[in-house]
Amino acid sequence: MAEEETELSDKQKKEIAKWFLLNAPAGEIQYVAKDLKSVLNNDDVYDEAASEAFPVYNKSHMICLEMPGRFGDVLVTSYGELQGNEYLDPKTAQVAIVDHVKQVCTEVRPASDEELPTPYVEEYRCALEAEMLKYVGEAYPKGSCSVYCINGKDVEGPGYDFELVAVISAARLSPQNFCTGSWQSIWKIECKDDIQVLELKGKLQVGAHYFEEGNVQLDAKHECRDSTMFQSPDDSAIAIASLIRHHETEYLASLEASYLNLPDATFKDLRRKLPVTRTLFPWHSTSQFSLTREISKELGIGK
Amino acid sequence: MEAAMGLMRRMPPRHSETALSALLSLLPHNSSDLLSQVDLPLQVLSDDDSGKRFILCEYNRDADSYRSPWSNKYHPRLEDAPYPSSKLRQLEIEANDIFTVYCDQYYEGGISSVYMWEDDNEGFVACFLVKKDGSKTGQGRRGYLEEGTWDAIHVIEVGPEEETTRYCLTSTVMLSLTTDDVSSGTFSLSGSIRRQMNMNLPVADGHLCNMGKMIEEMEGKLRNSLDQVYFGKTREMVCTLRPPSEVLPMRLPDS
Repeated sequence: MAEEETELSDKQKKEIAKWFLLNAPAGEIQYVAKDLKSVLNNDDVYDEAASEAFPVYNKSHMICLEMPGRFGDVLVTSYGELQGNEYLDPKTAQVAIVDHVKQVCTEVRPASDEELPTPYVEEYRCALEAEMLKYVGEAYPKGSCSVYCINGKDVEGPGYDFELVAVISAARLSPQNFCTGSWQSIWKIECKDDIQVLELKGKLQVGAHYFEEGNVQLDAKHECRDSTMFQSPDDSAIAIASLIRHHETEYLASLEASYLNLPDATFKDLRRKLPVTRTLFPWHSTSQFSLTREISKELGIGK
Repeated sequence: MEAAMGLMRRMPPRHSETALSALLSLLPHNSSDLLSQVDLPLQVLSDDDSGKRFILCEYNRDADSYRSPWSNKYHPRLEDAPYPSSKLRQLEIEANDIFTVYCDQYYEGGISSVYMWEDDNEGFVACFLVKKDGSKTGQGRRGYLEEGTWDAIHVIEVGPEEETTRYCLTSTVMLSLTTDDVSSGTFSLSGSIRRQMNMNLPVADGHLCNMGKMIEEMEGKLRNSLDQVYFGKTREMVCTLRPPSEVLPMRLPDS
């Protein structure tokens, strides 16, 4: 094998660096960044890769950052993105300015009227957010949620459709226990005025990583749909939150069922715990050896 | 190198091939270290003579050719290539036959290969490999898996032959499984672990018997470990993120 030393261009190195950063499990990007810097040994390339990769990573993982000034937390999501590093927190009507690479919120400013939905839409958004906060507070020990208007935020009154999205983001980092995990729910709610129906589309994504002397990762996804009547803001909010709660609880139960099925069913298709004979393999038995050799020869031909 | 191994521990196991080639291109001078410390899912070739498949690895490779354990020939053909001695080749043949039966018992199919070669210390090294495709389109009997692979690599260094011989086993298991259905969506677990085991065993019992038992014990331990510890921890994490609803009603409402 001829070893050709084709030196990679900076651009190629940057793309590779981005790939590593983007594939970091939830909450581990800073650790990956540290190892990557060491392997790359080129701060300029790293900085460029980081400036491109971190925003994408932060949005897809919907990271939660603390806002200075006792405004609480803000979620970094594509739904709330106003500009490259400005993210709306609909709860407090504040806009957070974010340093993606450092993963901190550097300052906060009030949102302008153009950045917020109309009072009509806001009534629905706010009522749903209140119900969602109640639900998330009960169901997720360390979860955050926000409700955004992603379509029709300038709708003044009945007669027009608009669309909301409720997102839930929960992450658990336990680096000393070599374990991390994340849960993301994205629920899009289309408010169809003409048929007076609210259509829900949910995308749930769960991930976990355990890496003590090994590397094992869970990656689970689910999509679901439902619908309910378009009612007053408060009644709609209660109905939507209740559907979301129902679907998410069901999903958790099916995840549990998948895990319970593993040892005896799913895993068995990869490797049995014991042969059908329920005894260990007879390495010792010489008479069985010649027998097994006959069998193996047959199998050999059969393969 | 430590940083490189750190990266390999964090990247999704499914993408380990991409991760390794990325590292090899960034660190060309560390390529031999990287290739020996990082395991990749096993590749397979068909032996021209018997039509049987055999597994490819560093231990049966010379240049770009691979030696089949069934015919003892290199594919593609190669001049001046290394072969085990005829005595060791006999042991290798027997090992392949027996290991095939072992795999059939535990893996209900799968592809296996064993390679042996003399080492510099008057002993020899044996490499036992298994590859199983458990997906429903592959050899998965129960049809649960959309996708499922198990790759095992066991390398045993056998010390010089004395009454009690030393066997050093290094095992790596890489697996990935995915189930997919309408009610529960896609559920995917993947991972890799590596362990070592050293034993001093009486040579009178036979090399194959000694090595076989070690491998069986190790595979059992790794399977259990993956199932209970590793998969178990990811399950625990999910329940920590969102505890099952039976737990919730027990909470007192906030005043």
